[in-house]
Amino acid sequence: MLTDIGQRRERLAIPGEAYAAFAILALLIAVPLFAGNAAVDKLTTLFVYLLLAVMWNLLAGYAGIVSVGQQAFFGLGGYFAVRLVEAGLPPYWAFFVGALGVAIVAIPISAAILRLKGGELAIALWVLAEVLRLAVMFDPLVQGETGISLLAMNSFDPTFRRNLNYWLGLAAVSGMLVAAYFLLRSKIGLSAKAIRDDEEAAKSIGIDAMRVKQVFFVIAAFGCAIAGMIWLANTITYQPRTNFGIQWTVFMLFMVLVGGLGTFAGPIVGAVVFFLLQEIFGNYGAWYLAGLGLIAILFASMLPGGIMGYVQSKTGFVPFSDGMTQNNRKRP
Amino acid sequence: MLEAIVQGVLLGGYYAVIAAGLSLMLGVVRFINLAHGDLAVLGAYLALAAIAFLGLPVWWAFALVLPVMAGIGWGLQRFLFARTLEGGFLLPLLATFGLGAVLQNGMQGIFGSETRSLANYMGNLSWAGWQLPFGLYVGVLPVLTFAAAVIVLGGLQVMLSFTKIGRAMRATSTDPEAAELQGVDARRVQRVATAIAFMLAGLAGMFLAMRAQVTPYAGPAQLIFAFQAVIIGGIGSLWGTLIGGIALGVAQSLGASISAQWFQLAGHFLFFVVLAIRMSSAGPTRERVLVWFDRIADALRLRTRGERKHAD
Repeated sequence: MLTDIGQRRERLAIPGEAYAAFAILALLIAVPLFAGNAAVDKLTTLFVYLLLAVMWNLLAGYAGIVSVGQQAFFGLGGYFAVRLVEAGLPPYWAFFVGALGVAIVAIPISAAILRLKGGELAIALWVLAEVLRLAVMFDPLVQGETGISLLAMNSFDPTFRRNLNYWLGLAAVSGMLVAAYFLLRSKIGLSAKAIRDDEEAAKSIGIDAMRVKQVFFVIAAFGCAIAGMIWLANTITYQPRTNFGIQWTVFMLFMVLVGGLGTFAGPIVGAVVFFLLQEIFGNYGAWYLAGLGLIAILFASMLPGGIMGYVQSKTGFVPFSDGMTQNNRKRP
Repeated sequence: MLEAIVQGVLLGGYYAVIAAGLSLMLGVVRFINLAHGDLAVLGAYLALAAIAFLGLPVWWAFALVLPVMAGIGWGLQRFLFARTLEGGFLLPLLATFGLGAVLQNGMQGIFGSETRSLANYMGNLSWAGWQLPFGLYVGVLPVLTFAAAVIVLGGLQVMLSFTKIGRAMRATSTDPEAAELQGVDARRVQRVATAIAFMLAGLAGMFLAMRAQVTPYAGPAQLIFAFQAVIIGGIGSLWGTLIGGIALGVAQSLGASISAQWFQLAGHFLFFVVLAIRMSSAGPTRERVLVWFDRIADALRLRTRGERKHAD
C-alpha cells in the first residue's frame, strides 16, 4: 500500500487538466481589459468565495477539522489591515502584512484549540470568533457596531483600484490552489488523509497528528485572512458584525458540501454554483438563505460526496488527482 | 454584586434546560446539534403563532408546542439525522448547521425581523417580584423558570434511572453496539432522545421569550450558551448542566454589571478557562480534583451508576 502511494507520487507530470487551468487563468487575467466594472467587481467577489471554499475544504475535507469559526480569521485579517493602515502603512502592504499576522496568531491558537475534536472543536472555534469580534469592538477606532471606512483607499483611482483588487484576488486564488495541490501531494498531505480516515491507526505508524492538523489550520487561517483583505479592499468599510459574521462559514460549508468535500475540484465547482445562485436568487433575501440551508441538508443526507464526488465515482475522472482517488479510499 | 449573583443563578435555570437537551443528544445520539438554539427559538415562535393564529390561551399554547417539538425531533432523527450519522462525524454537523440556516431564515421570512416576546401575554407575571432583605429584588418569572428547570432535570433523572427507555438510553450512550446485542433498539432509543431534546429546546425557547425579546436570528447565541453550560458542567452529567448553567449565568450577570459586551465575554472566558483546565495534561493535581468531584457527585447521587470517569 505504501509503495503503491510512493509510485503514484513519482508520476508528478503535469496533468492534462492543468493545461485547461492555464487557459482559464490566461483568460481571467485579461478580463479587466475588456469587461465592464460590474463584471470585474462580481468576479472579485467570486475569488473571495473561491478562496474561502478551498480553505474550508482543506480543513474539513482533508484535516478532519469542522470549523464553524473561520470568520474569526476573515474578520481579524480586516481588523489588522485597518490598524496597520492607521499606523501609516500603505493599504496594500497592510493587507499582506496583516494576513501574515493572522497566520502567526493562528499558530498558538491551533496549538491550544486543536486538542478538541469534532463538534466541541467546531463550537470552540465559533466562540473564539465571537470573542475576537467583541474584543475588536472595544477598539475606539472601530467604534463598536459602527465600524470604520478605509479612507486611505480613496487615494487610488477607482478603476485602477478595482482592477488591482481583481488581479490580487486572482493571484491569491491561483496561488492558494497551487499551494493546496502541492500540500496535498506532500508527506503532510498524505498524513492528513491517513488521519482523516483513521486517526488512531495514523498515530500508530508514527504520524504526528497534531502537527499535521496545525499546518492545515494555519494555512486555512492565512487563506481566510487574505479573503477578508480582498473583501475589505473591495467594500472599503469594516464592520465587526459583517466581517466576523457567521454567514461566511455558512457559505463555506455550502460551497464545499455542494461541490464535493475532500475533492480537489469540489470547492471550485461549489463556489461557482454558489456564485450563480447568489446572482440569480440573491434578491429573495431570507428565503434564498433558507434555500441554501435546505440544499446543504439535501446534499448531506442524499449526496454527501457533492457534485464532484458523484462525477468522480461515475466517470472515474478525478481532476487534479492527489494520488489517492475516491475509489481508492473506498477499497477495504 | 449580590443582586447580580442571584440573577445569574436564576438565569442558570434557563441555561440548564437548553443545555440538558443538547447534552442528551450528545450522549445518546452522539453528535452536537448545531441547530439546537434555532430550535429553541422555533419553540418560542410556535407558541407565539399558536396564541396569535389559533387564539389559544398562553398556557395551552405552551402545552401544544411541546408535543409538536417532540414530533419534529422524532421525524428529523428518523429521516435526516440517522441517515447522516452513517457517514461519520462530519455530516451530522453539516446537516444541522444547514438546518439552522433553514430555521433562522424561514422564521425571518414568515414572521419578519421585528423582535417579539411572550411577555405581553403573561399579565403581571412579567414584572411581578418579591422584595427581599438586603435590597434584593427577585422576579417571579426567573424563580418560576429556575423551579421548572429543577423539576425538568429531576424528571429526566427519574426517567433515566427507573424507566425501561431510560435504562436503554444510558446503555446506548455507553455503547450502542453492546446495547443492541442486549436487545435494545438503538435507533428507536435515539429517536426518543432526540424527541425529548427537541421538547427541552422548545421549552427553553419559551422561557427565553417570556423574559426577553427574541428574533429569528437569536438561535446561534443560545446554542453557544447551551454548549458552554454543558462544557462547564461536564459532559454526560445531567445535574452538571445545572451547575454549568448557574456558573455561566453568574459569570454573565457579573460581566453585565461592567458593560453590555462583558455579558457575553465573561461567559466566553469562563468557558475557555474550563476548557483549558480540562485539556491541560492530566497532572496529579487535576486528577485529585476530578476524583473529588466524582466522590462528591457519588455522595450526593448526582450521577447515575456507571458514569464515573476517574478512578480513585
